Amino acid sequence: MMLLVTFMMALREVRRNTMRSFLTMLGIVIGVGAVITMVTIGKGATRQVTESVGALGENVLMLRPGAQRRGGMRQGAKGFEAADVSAIENEVPGISAVAPTSSTQATIVFGNENVSTSVTGTTNQYLEVRGYSLGTGRLFSEAETAIGSPVCILGTTVEQNLFADADPIGERIRVGRVSCQVVGVLESKGAAAFGDQDDVVLMPMLAVQRRVAGEPNIDSINIKANEGQSLEVLQAQIEALMRERRGVQRGATDDFNVRNVQEIADAMSAVTTSLTSLLGGIAAVSLLVGGIGIMNIMLVSVTERTREIGTRLAIGALASEVLLQFLVEAVVLSTLGGIIGIGTGVGLSYGASRVLELPFVVAPEVMVGAFVFSAVVGIGFGYLPARKAAHLNPIEALRHE
Amino acid sequence: MTDDPARSVVRFHGVQKFYGHGESLVKALDSVDLVIREREFVSVMGPSGSGKSTCMNIIGCLDVPTGGSYFFRGVDVSRLSQDQRALLRRHFIGFVFQGFNLLARTTALENVELPLVYRRVRRADRRERAMHALTLVGLADRAGHTSGEMSGGQMQRVAIARALVTEPALLLADEPTGNLDSARSREIMELLVSLNRERGITIVMVTHESDMAEYGTRTVTFHDGNILSHGEPQEVSA
Ligand SMILES: Nc1ncnc2c1ncn2[C@@H]1O[C@H](COP(=O)(O)OP(=O)(O)O)[C@@H](O)[C@H]1O
Ligand SMILES: [Mg+2]
Repeated sequence: MMLLVTFMMALREVRRNTMRSFLTMLGIVIGVGAVITMVTIGKGATRQVTESVGALGENVLMLRPGAQRRGGMRQGAKGFEAADVSAIENEVPGISAVAPTSSTQATIVFGNENVSTSVTGTTNQYLEVRGYSLGTGRLFSEAETAIGSPVCILGTTVEQNLFADADPIGERIRVGRVSCQVVGVLESKGAAAFGDQDDVVLMPMLAVQRRVAGEPNIDSINIKANEGQSLEVLQAQIEALMRERRGVQRGATDDFNVRNVQEIADAMSAVTTSLTSLLGGIAAVSLLVGGIGIMNIMLVSVTERTREIGTRLAIGALASEVLLQFLVEAVVLSTLGGIIGIGTGVGLSYGASRVLELPFVVAPEVMVGAFVFSAVVGIGFGYLPARKAAHLNPIEALRHE
Repeated sequence: MTDDPARSVVRFHGVQKFYGHGESLVKALDSVDLVIREREFVSVMGPSGSGKSTCMNIIGCLDVPTGGSYFFRGVDVSRLSQDQRALLRRHFIGFVFQGFNLLARTTALENVELPLVYRRVRRADRRERAMHALTLVGLADRAGHTSGEMSGGQMQRVAIARALVTEPALLLADEPTGNLDSARSREIMELLVSLNRERGITIVMVTHESDMAEYGTRTVTFHDGNILSHGEPQEVSA
């Protein structure tokens, strides 16, 4: 009974003091909304980087010519040979797939349509290493790989640009100066931070080397480790093998490098993590500003409220009844503000993630955290001055200036 | 003073109220003995600063004396806790403040309803009784107006309605007609007299005007924190 009466009284006060209620809630809404928006965007960016690095393939080592150096590869180091690929396949244990690549940029033409894209000469194992799967058509046959037949598998972006809705399988397209038959289309992997994973054309290694690029180099060898295989151990074994095969003297610098895709992922994650912290920091400041706003409004209204408390006490209210009313008021305002803040934050971050083309990652712990903080500030500063006033005698409270 | 203690509503024994210390000590009430019996209508007079409001606040259990003892209906108020004094106020006392003390942005009706809310009177009942009290003070047509939309005299009458809506055993009024013209003042006085005569409500009223004081059954005069005269206790007409 008392609780209900107090609750109704508190709601009436909230409604009566529209401006004060609105400003208090605004502080909470801004604080909670900002934190949720910032952190959600930060998390989305992190997720995107993680996903796109993952798109390079998990458990993958990349062997490239040239010494490992900050700022890129040393020019002039010689490429790899087909024998290097089979040596790795045969002599290094714990490998599930090896795919050499030789990439070049080329113009692709079909009918009146033409696009410029990256053409990669490789083997069927490339799909496994990079995590692609075949959508329609077929892979390269053994004979096509062996003799470097002019056949190709298209990524969906290239397929869409050249064929729109028509069936590309069996059609002949021009890759550079070479006429080439489409045998398959990859399944879409979607966009990623490193560009469109579907904007690719795959051809047998020999076909690219001889017909498109015109040079016999293999410019990288991608190695996928077995599940559970230590990439460090594998990396050491490959390095030892390649030093021997390329005749690198003891103590001399390697003229090749083996990179762990995970390392790249970690480096990029570190960047986005600090981005998230930065956004989080900005958000924390707005939370604080919101909190100070709430505090100010509560403290400014203390004089008027102290008189109100004096009046209520004089009429015969118990201190506990007055306090309960103020507590309910503060809780109602804070909770309402918190809920609106969460709504605003989720809405804003959803909008932002659409505009920035980031994944939308909900962070419940941040919502709870921001909500609790604002509620504590709102309840604390709504309740504590009231507590002080409620224990004055009515005359002192009424005399409050 | 050989009154039957059961019939006295207010009984002061050497009540003191001091403010401050040392040089700045103010004896708002020096040492006051006072008895107010049931059904009395006491007018309190005295120059400004003589301790009238201080005395009213203590009678109304809003403030506690620094010395002496105060019995309200035979109960020693100085032994009561803050909450017990609040309950005394809630159930027995109506107070009209010198400065009205209405709630801001709150309608006249809601202000008058407030004491009934704390008395747990049901909503419909509350409305009716508050409207009735407003009618008594001639403000039925202003029930929906907030304090900001009323004149000083109107706020004064809302404050009076709020004090009498509970039909308290003791009604205290600190200069209730201070903001009213003489016609209004007489109306309020007649209202108080009828509450006193017909409902048996004991009334203590502070006033500056002797023609207002004459509505009471006796006049107590304060001077410098002491009672100068207890007045002629007239026979309370039944
Ligand atoms: N809170 C207070 N602090 C200090 N002095 C006070 C306080 N309240 C009243 N006084 C002093 O006590 C005396 C009596 O005040 P009051 O009872 O209000 O007089 P009255 O109502 O007769 O005009 C005055 O001198 C006044 O200044
Ligand atoms: Mg006074």
